[in-house]
This record gives sequence, structure tokens and C-alpha cells, in this order.
Amino acid sequence: MTRDLIVQFLAQGAQMFLVLLLAPLAVGVTRRVKARLTRRQGAPLIQGYLDIAKLLRKESVLAESASWLFRTAPYLIFALTWVAAALVPSFASGLMFNWAADVVALVALLGAARALLALAGMDVGTSFGGIGSSREMMIATLAEPAMMLIVLTLAIAAGTTRLAGVADHFIAEPLAVRVSLALSLGALVIVALAENARIPVDNPVTHLELTMVHEAMVLEYSGRHLALIEAASMLKLTLYLSLLICLFAPFGMAPASAGLVGWTVGLVAWTAKLLLGAALLGVWEVSIAKMRVFRLPDFVGVAFVFAFIAILLAYLSGGDIG
Amino acid sequence: MKIAYEISHLLAGIMLVASFALLYQQRVGAVINAFAAQSITLALAVAWAAWSEHRPDLFITAAIAFGLKGVVIPLALRRTVERLGIHREVEKVVGVGVALVVGLALIGLSQALVVKVTQRTMGLGRDELALALAIVLLGFLMMIVRRNAVTQVVGFMSMENGLILAATGARGMPLVVEVSVAFSVLIALFVFAVFVFRIRERFDTIDIEALDRMRGDRR
Amino acid sequence: MPALYASGAALAVLAGAAGLAILTRGALRLVYPLAILAALVLGAVDLHVLLTGVVLTDSLPIGLPTIGLRLRLDSLSAFFGVVINGGVLAASVYSLGLDHEKDLTPRVEPLFPLFAAAMNLVLLADDAYGFLFSWELMSLSSWALVVARHTDPESRRASHLYLVMAVIGTTALLFAFGGLAGPAGGYSFDTIRAHAAQPAIAALVLAAALIGCGSKGGLIPLHAWLPLAHPAAPSHVSALMSGVMTKVAIYGFVRIAFDLLGPPAWWWALPPIVLGAITAVLGLLYAVLDRDLKRVLAYSTIENVGLIFVALGLALAFRANGFAQAAAVALTAALLHVLNHSWFKSLLFLGAGAVLHATGRRDLDGLGGLIRTMPRTAIFFLVGALAISALPPLNGFVSEWLLFQSVLAGPMLPQASLRFAVPAIGAMLALAAALAAACFVRVYGTAFLGRPRTVEAARAHDVPLAQQVAMGALALLCILGGLLGAPLASVLAPLVRTFSGGMLPASGSGPTPFSLVAFDSARSVYDAAVIALFVAIASLVTLVVVHRVSERRTRRGPAWDCGFPDPSPVTQYTASSFAQPLRRVYGTVAFSARETVTMPPPGDRGTARLQVSLVDYLWRVFYAAPGGAVLRLAERLNMLQFLTIRRYLVLMFAALVILLSIAAVTT
Repeated sequence: MTRDLIVQFLAQGAQMFLVLLLAPLAVGVTRRVKARLTRRQGAPLIQGYLDIAKLLRKESVLAESASWLFRTAPYLIFALTWVAAALVPSFASGLMFNWAADVVALVALLGAARALLALAGMDVGTSFGGIGSSREMMIATLAEPAMMLIVLTLAIAAGTTRLAGVADHFIAEPLAVRVSLALSLGALVIVALAENARIPVDNPVTHLELTMVHEAMVLEYSGRHLALIEAASMLKLTLYLSLLICLFAPFGMAPASAGLVGWTVGLVAWTAKLLLGAALLGVWEVSIAKMRVFRLPDFVGVAFVFAFIAILLAYLSGGDIG
Repeated sequence: MKIAYEISHLLAGIMLVASFALLYQQRVGAVINAFAAQSITLALAVAWAAWSEHRPDLFITAAIAFGLKGVVIPLALRRTVERLGIHREVEKVVGVGVALVVGLALIGLSQALVVKVTQRTMGLGRDELALALAIVLLGFLMMIVRRNAVTQVVGFMSMENGLILAATGARGMPLVVEVSVAFSVLIALFVFAVFVFRIRERFDTIDIEALDRMRGDRR
Repeated sequence: MPALYASGAALAVLAGAAGLAILTRGALRLVYPLAILAALVLGAVDLHVLLTGVVLTDSLPIGLPTIGLRLRLDSLSAFFGVVINGGVLAASVYSLGLDHEKDLTPRVEPLFPLFAAAMNLVLLADDAYGFLFSWELMSLSSWALVVARHTDPESRRASHLYLVMAVIGTTALLFAFGGLAGPAGGYSFDTIRAHAAQPAIAALVLAAALIGCGSKGGLIPLHAWLPLAHPAAPSHVSALMSGVMTKVAIYGFVRIAFDLLGPPAWWWALPPIVLGAITAVLGLLYAVLDRDLKRVLAYSTIENVGLIFVALGLALAFRANGFAQAAAVALTAALLHVLNHSWFKSLLFLGAGAVLHATGRRDLDGLGGLIRTMPRTAIFFLVGALAISALPPLNGFVSEWLLFQSVLAGPMLPQASLRFAVPAIGAMLALAAALAAACFVRVYGTAFLGRPRTVEAARAHDVPLAQQVAMGALALLCILGGLLGAPLASVLAPLVRTFSGGMLPASGSGPTPFSLVAFDSARSVYDAAVIALFVAIASLVTLVVVHRVSERRTRRGPAWDCGFPDPSPVTQYTASSFAQPLRRVYGTVAFSARETVTMPPPGDRGTARLQVSLVDYLWRVFYAAPGGAVLRLAERLNMLQFLTIRRYLVLMFAALVILLSIAAVTT
């Protein structure tokens, strides 16, 4: 019994570190694919790790007007995002602490991270920070409700709000083509793009104030603080990819009771799907242009509309959509 | 008994006619005369009720009605009119015809009301009550369709006449009430007279429309 | 019942404090200590009743001749009593820090204990007369507090509107109780409970109760007085009005809809759900665009009251359809949100009071950088702001989570209109949650973060100890309320069972004692303590690792600002700048927001102007239009004052003839 418990505990711990380990790789894959498609050599796949290591080695310069909030926010943001990412089932569902947070709490944890980031953006008192924070919160008022509606739709389909329960439901019943679920998928993709500051919502490599959202908020960060924030955004991307995989392509995911073999299979499957998703993201980013900031509400609003129709259909059919 | 009822009914009817007369008179003097006539008729009606129903206290009421309202007050009013040089013509708001038609409607109303209210009592005094109510309403009507202050006083007092008539029909109106009512009428007349005199002094007219024009912040 | 006598004694103490303070100026400084004492006693009695479940009743021979004043303390009253007395306690402790010479006046201090006593009396009342009397006393004492600074035109306007709305509300409640009492005229609540009302009457009573209690709580469209009146009052009174008086309004609605009206019909749920959701979203849209700190908080109160009404409506819907456990979840969400909101809203208002006290300013664009000049207030306000944005692991998220769980139970409702309404409501709730976060990031970021925008903000200092203690205690309650959501819900379980018929699974049925389980642990679990633990561990691990691995030096320098640092604090974002994206997205729809920019021609060194115009349609339709109509009617009727004698006689004559005709015609 104890041995079982220890194994479970280790598996849960493994998941936590797994997402952390693979996040920079996923981002590296995206960048590499983008580079190759635009006929550049591109940075090596491990560039993400190198960037973080470099930032960690550098001295952190703080503005004179920065407060304790500015200094502590990166740690909290990173911790919140990491916990959220660790709660999404990756290679196995039903791990030891899976019950702690359900989908609603997951959305709220991400919201907490975002609120802290926006506050940190306002802290130094420059106009760039204000730009980033205000635009970020505006996008959030559209993306977060859409996200909430998506997870609620899926929870209705699965009959539970526990992430593991939702994952199990979608493993057991292969994704039948239902309008609700298709709309949810579309909405979740749009929300993922918006939340991760990817094209067409935001350009992660730009520093023009006309186009910045996320970068503007973190403009004043440097050194280890910036390393943490970068790591957090990588984790967030991994989280969303993982969520998409878990909900809409969960084949290969091991149930909780599977032993080491099952987990290894799940691990391989998950890693492959993650990197594939990152590559697809790269292709997408190359194929489409960034939108004007004030076209964004329309774009993210589409996600909201999709999500709303999805949940409406779920309700009107009495919860019987899965 | 029937004859007693017939006579009192007749007298009430004469009072009603006097009310109508009040409405269509053109001159102040004629109005005062009609009022005097009405009051005397009232006195007769009350006296008749006193005699036929064996209620001696009503004689006092009759005497007061005759003395005060039939003689003293009309004389006083005449004197006031002469001394103040009040307009001998009565200014009208609505034409005579309209006033008379409205008067007829009021009579119908009072009849209908009294019939409705006294359904269960088959008292002989029912018609008299209707007539008395009509007289009250006609007195009120006179107050509002005539512009002269004197005619307002007269209208007010003919309302009183109607009330007293109604009260005689009721069982036992105590003398005290009558005396106090009479005194209040007297005082009201006195106040009216003083006012009229004062108004006449200051404004040279007691036409209330003219007076109203001099009132401040009129909308 | 000695417990009830203790309550009575505490109320008498409050009344006595009020009286003394009116009579002698020296007694003003006694008001708050006495209020603290009374609040503690009352709160203790309420806790006792809530935890043990006894019902205390009594009656006094004053009031209506046939019934007297009946008092009853049951678990519902006790719960709301805990909420109210907690708020009174916090506000009183806060006020201990006020300067006796400058701040205490006979205009405010005597009315404070009266206000507190009136609110407690509303909860204790067990007959319609006592309820309405205490309700009116509460309204009038808070009105007098609003109008305390009567030289300020804003206060005068606020108090005028407040009085009108309070009268409308009480009249509506009068009708509600009249309908409940029925033609037999049984005004005591026991008589009312004994016989259920007919459906038509019940509908009217519910509508009247919604108007009466909703107007006091700030439900749209009866909300317009709240953002004017709450900021106009002194800060600790604003905390009471927003955090506590609105809860008395909720109590009134719960008492009427869940207790006195008897078993609910399904369509009773629709008005509170719909109005509540609209209130939640619109309240925040107003909040996000407003530039006064206290007014933003007042609008946020409106939003939270909307959320509570949504939860109550859902509870009614589930209860009417017999889904007892779903009803329990919704009702628990409502009651927990009542408690949570009273804590964090009081905290925020006390914080705003501290800011006002320190800087003399209430406008967001005149503040900034207060996190350095008022460090403790800043921490407490941050806790309050994060709590109200419903971010885990604080207490706002607990009630929000339960609310979403009850929305999720919506598909089992059989009625089509409910099934159509609930997902729409869910969408609006999600929107409200996101807007709340945006609103409070804006408020906190503008007021406390950044650089000071004015001299007053730069010269601010932190507030006296008593005020810090009050705010700190409330912040601690917000944190504890977040972690201990499950034990709190289980304390409420007997109360919830009485009024909804079901209950949440017991506190131990989840994986840990802190797990909040909505339906059953396989379906939905939220464990705040574990999540907080995880986040804490993750943060610590990160901190340790990073500090071990990385360069630990930090250097201070000027802000980077893309290479163009500007020493002037004017260039940082203001509150309206922060709101600009939201104004463009939502304001153009809801308020016809228009921006006009007038630029001077090139070469001209004059200033450019940006003008933002917003149209408040709710005000136009529900307040300005009827108000204008009433005024025009009054103007017409005013002519009645200036008629001639003859015309008055005509009026009298006409009235007489009409009455006689009616008597003649009717049977």
C-alpha cells in the first residue's frame, strides 16, 4: 500500500516537473518551425532553456519606483501558472492530487496569474506598463468568459467539473462529432491564441507600442524576474496545448491505475502531441498577420459567441451531448 | 296625516322654487327678496311640522328662522347694498339657462340618492329629504355661478335653509343645535359684512373677479 | 431567554449611545467603544443561535395594538446578524482611529449607533410592523448620515435621490406585507407562515418584495441612488451601507421569498435571475468607467448584489422543481457571498477611507504610488481587491465557485425558459467575473501603484493603528474565509437545509477536511487549502532554486520605458486611460461612449483636448423620464394653489356632486 502511495506521489511529482521541463522545448519547436518556413535557419531547439539560463545569470535591474509587488509578482505568477499547468492531465489522468482543482478553479488560477501580471505592469508607473495592462485586461474580459463557458460546456458533457473526470470521459467516448464540442474546440483555439499572446492577438517578438500587449507589461523586468516571467509564459502555452490535447485528442493517455508501462506509453503520446501542437502553432503564426488591437474584441468575441452557442446547445439538450 | 304631509311637501316645494328664483334673478334686490321669501316659507314649514307632529320646540326654530332670516338679514343686506353702492346687477359666470338646467340635474341627483339611501325606510319624510338636499345643492350652485359677494352670502344662507329643512324631518333636532347654528350664521353674516365693507373701502368694488385680479402672484 | 435579553441590552446600549451623543459633545468619543461592545454582544448571541440552531422568540407590548412587537431570532436572522455585527465591529474599530477634535461631529456620531441598532432590529422583527418600522429607521438614519455634509451639493443631490428611492422601497414593502397579511390582516409572521398565499397574490408580493428589497440593495433599475449616496457618507458609514445595509435588503428578500411566501413556483426564479445578471454586468460596466474611488466601490457593490440575487433565483428555481441539493448549493453560494462580500467590501471602503484621510482625495487620477507611502493600507487593500475579483485562494472565489456549480446544475431544470435563461446567465456571470478583475486591477494599479500624480498623494502617510487593525482583521478574514470555505459551508448547512430542503455533503466527505464538495466528491471538488499549499510550496521552491542558481544582485536605476524615461508622473496611465480599451469595446454599446479630440492646428502651442461623453440610458429611462413627468404634472397641479374663491367653490361643488352621484349609482 505504501509502495503504491509512493509510486502515485512520484507520478504526480513527475507530471509537475515534466510540464516544466518540456515547456521551453515546445516554444523552441514553434520558433524553429516559424524560422524554417520563412527560410531562415532559426535558433536551436533548446534556445528556450538557454534564454532562461542566460537571464538567470544576469543582474536584475529594478526601476526606482518599483515596489515589493514588482519584486514578488514574478514568483507568484510562475508558481500559479506552474500549479495550473501541473493540474492538467498529461500522460495519465487521475493522478494523486487531481481532485484539488477543477476546471473552474483552473480558469481562476490563470486569471489570478494574469491579474498579478497586470498589477506588476502598472507598478513602475510608465505609460508602457499601462498600455500592456489595460489591453491585457480588455482581452481578458472577452477571453476569460469564453474560456469559462468552454469548460462549463465540457463539464456538462462529462458530468463533472474535475479535469481528470473530463479527460476520462473523453477517453472513454471517442470524440463524436457534436456541434457543441466542435464549437468548443474552435473557441478554445481562439482563446488559447489570445491568452498566450500569439499572432494574431499579439506578437511575442515585437516591442512596438502600437502592437504590444504582453511584452508591454513585462518591459521593466530583467534578470531572474524576467526569467521567471518568460518561464511562466512558456508554461502557459504548454498548459493550453496540454488542455487541447487532453480534451480533444486524449488517445494514449493512461488511466490512473495503469502501471509504469501504461504511463510510459502515455508519456510518449503526450510529448509527441505536444510537440506536434507546437509545430502547428508555428505554421499558423506564419500564415496569418497580426490584427489591429481594436479588431481583437471582434476576434475574441467570436470565441465568446462560439462558446455561448455551445453551452446553450448543451443546456437545451438537457446535458445530453456527450 | 296625509294632509299634514301634503302641506309640508307643498311648503318644501315652494322653497325649492325660491331657490330656482335665486338662480335666475338679475338684480341684487330681487335676489334678497327671493331669499327672504325662501326663509319665510321655511319658517312656515317648520311651524307646520311643529304643529302637526306636536313638537313645540320646533316653534322656536320657526320663529328664529322667520325673524332672523326672513326679516333681519334681508333688511341688513339691503342696507349694506345701498350704503356701499354695490352694483345692482348680478354678474353671471354662466347663463341663466345653463344654471337652470344644472339645477334640474341636481334635483334629479338628490332624488336618486335619497331613494337609494333610504330604501329600507318607508318614511313619509323621504321626499322632503330629497327636496332639502336639492335646496342645499342649489344654494351651493348659486355660490359658484354668481360673481357678486352679496349673492355668495345669500347662496350660503339658502344652503342653511335647506339644512334646517332636512333637520326638521329628522327626529328631534334639539334646540341647542338650532341656536348654535343660528348664532354661527349670524357671525358668518357679520364677518361677511365687515369684509365686504372693507373690500369696498379699499378697492371700490366687490366684484370678486376684479378683486382676484389684484391678488398677488396669480398664475 | 437570557440570550435575547443580552441582545436587547446591547440594542439599548446603542440607543443610549445615540442619545448621549446628541446631548453632550463629550459623549461623542464614547460612541464607538460602546458600539464595539454592543456589536460583540449581538454578534455573540447571533453566533450562538447559528451554531446551536435554537430559535429565540419574545414579544413586547409596544407597536401595533393587536400584536405588539414580536421578536424572533432564528438561524437566518442569526446568520445575517453575524454579517451585520461583524461589519459594525470593523467600522467601529476603524473609527476609533478618527481624530476626536476634527472628525467627530454631532451630525454623524449619534446616528451611527442608531443605524446599527436599526439594522439589528430588522433582523429580529417577527411581524410586519416591526419589520417596516426598523426598516424605515435604518433608511432614515443612513439618510441622515448621507446628508451630514450638507454643504456639499453632491451630498444634497445624493440624499434627495436616496430619500425618494427609500420611500418607494418602503411603499413597495408595505404592499408586499399587505399582500402577505391578506384580507384577514394577520401581520405577525407566524400568522403569515401558517397560510400560503394564492398564486396571483404571491406574484404581486414577490414583485413588490423585489422592488422594495432590490431598491435597497441596488438592483437595476432601482440602483441609481447607491453610487451617489454611498460615497457621500463618511467612509466608515459607506462601509456599513455597502457592506452591511445591502445585506439587510437581501435578508428581507430571503425572508419573504423563502420563508413567508411558502413553497415557490418555478417562475418566481426568473425575475431575480434576470435582473441579478443584468445588474452584475451593468454595475461593473459603470464601475470600470468611473473615476471616483468610492463610486467605483459602490458600483461594485451593485454587481455583487446582482450576483447574490442570481444565486437566490437559482435556489428558488431548484427548490420549486424539487432538486433539493442543487437548491442547497445555490443558497449556500448566496449566503457565503453575503458573508464574503460584507468582509471584502467593508475592507475596501475602509481602505478608501484611509486613502481619503491620508490624501484628502477620492479621485483616482489624483492618487498613485500609495504602496510606498501607505504600505500597510496597500497590502490590506490588495487582499480586498484580489478577493473581490474572485481569485483563488481568497474567499470571493469560494462563493463564485459554488455559484458556477449551481449554474452547471441548470440542465436538469425542466422548464424551457429556465433552461434558456441559465446558460445566458452563466455567460453573464463569467463576464462579470472578468470585468471585476479588470476593474480592480485598474483601481489598485491607478491608486496604489505607479508614481504619485499629485502632491497630496506624494505626501500621504499611513493611517492610525486602530484603522490598520480594522482593515487587517478584515483582510485576515478574507484569507481565512477562502481557505476555510468548506467548514463555513458546513456551519451554514442546517440553515440551508431549512430553507432549501437539501444540503451539501458534509465537511469530511471530500479528500481533506478543507475540501468544498458541491454535489459529490466524484463530481466537483474545490480544495482551497491544498491549492494554496501547492502554490506556496511552488513559490518557495522557485525562490530557493532561483536564488541558489541565479545572480542575486539587484540594482536600482531609472525605469527603462523603452529608452525614453519621463520623469513626470503625468505620463503614466490614468484611470480613464486604463479604461479606454474597455470603453471602446463595451462603452460604445452600453453608454454610447464617444471620444472627441480637438487638436490645435500645426504650429499652435495650445493644448489638445480629449472629451469623452457617456450617456446613461438607465438614468434617462427610469429616472429622468418619470421624474420629468411627475414634475410636469406637479406644475399643472400647482395651479390649484392660485384659484379664485369661486373656483375653489367650484371644486368643492364638483367633488360633492361626484360623490353623491357615485353613492347614487353604486350598489
